[in-house]
Amino acid sequence: MDQSADALLTALLAGNRRALARVISLIEDDAAEASALLSALYAHTGRAHVIGITGAPGTGKSTLVNALARAYRAQGRTVGVIAVDPTSPFSGGALLGDRVRMRDLAGDPGVFIRSMATRGSLGGLARAAGDVISVLDAAGFERILVETVGVGQAEVDIASAAHTTVVVEAPGLGDEVQAIKAGVLEIADIFAVNKADREGADRTVLALQMMQGLAPAAATGHHRATGAPMPHPQPQPGPQEDGSWLPPIQKTIALRGDGVDALRAWIERHAVYLRATGGWTRRETFRAATEIERILRDRLLAALLASLPADCFAQTVAAVVRRETDPYTAATRLLTYAP
Amino acid sequence: MTERKIRVLIAKPGLDGHDRGAKVVARALRDAGMEVIYTGIRQTPEMIVEAALQEDVDVVGLSILSGAHMALCPRIIELLRRQGMDDVVVLVGGIIPDEDVEPLKQLGVKGVFGPGTSTGEIVEFIRQQVAG
Repeated sequence: MDQSADALLTALLAGNRRALARVISLIEDDAAEASALLSALYAHTGRAHVIGITGAPGTGKSTLVNALARAYRAQGRTVGVIAVDPTSPFSGGALLGDRVRMRDLAGDPGVFIRSMATRGSLGGLARAAGDVISVLDAAGFERILVETVGVGQAEVDIASAAHTTVVVEAPGLGDEVQAIKAGVLEIADIFAVNKADREGADRTVLALQMMQGLAPAAATGHHRATGAPMPHPQPQPGPQEDGSWLPPIQKTIALRGDGVDALRAWIERHAVYLRATGGWTRRETFRAATEIERILRDRLLAALLASLPADCFAQTVAAVVRRETDPYTAATRLLTYAP
Repeated sequence: MTERKIRVLIAKPGLDGHDRGAKVVARALRDAGMEVIYTGIRQTPEMIVEAALQEDVDVVGLSILSGAHMALCPRIIELLRRQGMDDVVVLVGGIIPDEDVEPLKQLGVKGVFGPGTSTGEIVEFIRQQVAG
């Protein structure tokens, strides 16, 4: 690592915010120093509780992150925020506006907010976000909130980097089938039904309960004789006797701060549950394995491509397009060039 | 390998709430392939410089229509300097009387863009400044 990178690292570990911001940029840009910086940082990571906050546009994620960060600050915890917004596939640019809702956090040295665009591929986002999490972790932030727009695979990827994932819903934003389709429900450790003062909040809660298979019988449409005992007692959300975790559904009004401290408490309980059941280590193991696999894949591909004769790849592609060969046979043949 | 993106902070310091111009510029810069961090209205110089630092931007664009530019700009530039962020390009847009343009540039404002400026002109200016 060159001297300037070394100096940056020392400054970052000493709490210099400018150095922290610079290191994040170098990693986001995949600069030459990036992997050396990450290697040097890694020994200082592993202390933060990483919390993913995801949900559809308009559910109030940024406002909730703002309120949640304040709740953590009231408990004396330092908070790093990564606010991810999509890059335009047409221009490659991005409009990152989450800070507008986080102005309450301005001027607090215990908070660091960074906006991130998704840039290229979805897999690329997961890499960069995972690495930026490591940087904030090494810089000593105790809780790291990663906010993403819930639209698909990117969220699932980022969830794999989080210890706890909060899925934010709001009343009146499409039916629950929409939510199932989006596929973000499976990744939820906790649900926040935000804007709970709006009409339909109870129905949103009910829809989530139904998906958990827990709705009261009457609400699911199954009739039962009056006075008959409930077939099963309602399990309480949180840790279950069989060692599993039933995602709690917490109503919040982020703008007023209502329910936010209760949400914070659920997030903390989830961390306690993870540590008590080995789930924390399991998640970290999964993340490390995914990470190493990805790096191997990238490097192996780069090594193979570098060892191919000039034009070989393009000619193979052309042959496949002409239907002279198929992609599988072509790949097998290219693999014979492996170094 | 990702290319290095130009990152721009667009902020409205002071008390006027007219953010149409700031939003138009923010969108134009996004459409030109830049990453634009928009902070919204009624920002203090301290908030703007803190955001510029955390976001590690190349450019800070200030939209001021209140007439307070001769008070706000020096303060922001001074705070940037104090953070060692002298290399950040500061631009001002909005209602700036002609006679204030030169004093602002003396202070360290790199470009002043009044009403009628085409967004293409701003894009081009930023590209040159950041490349140079």
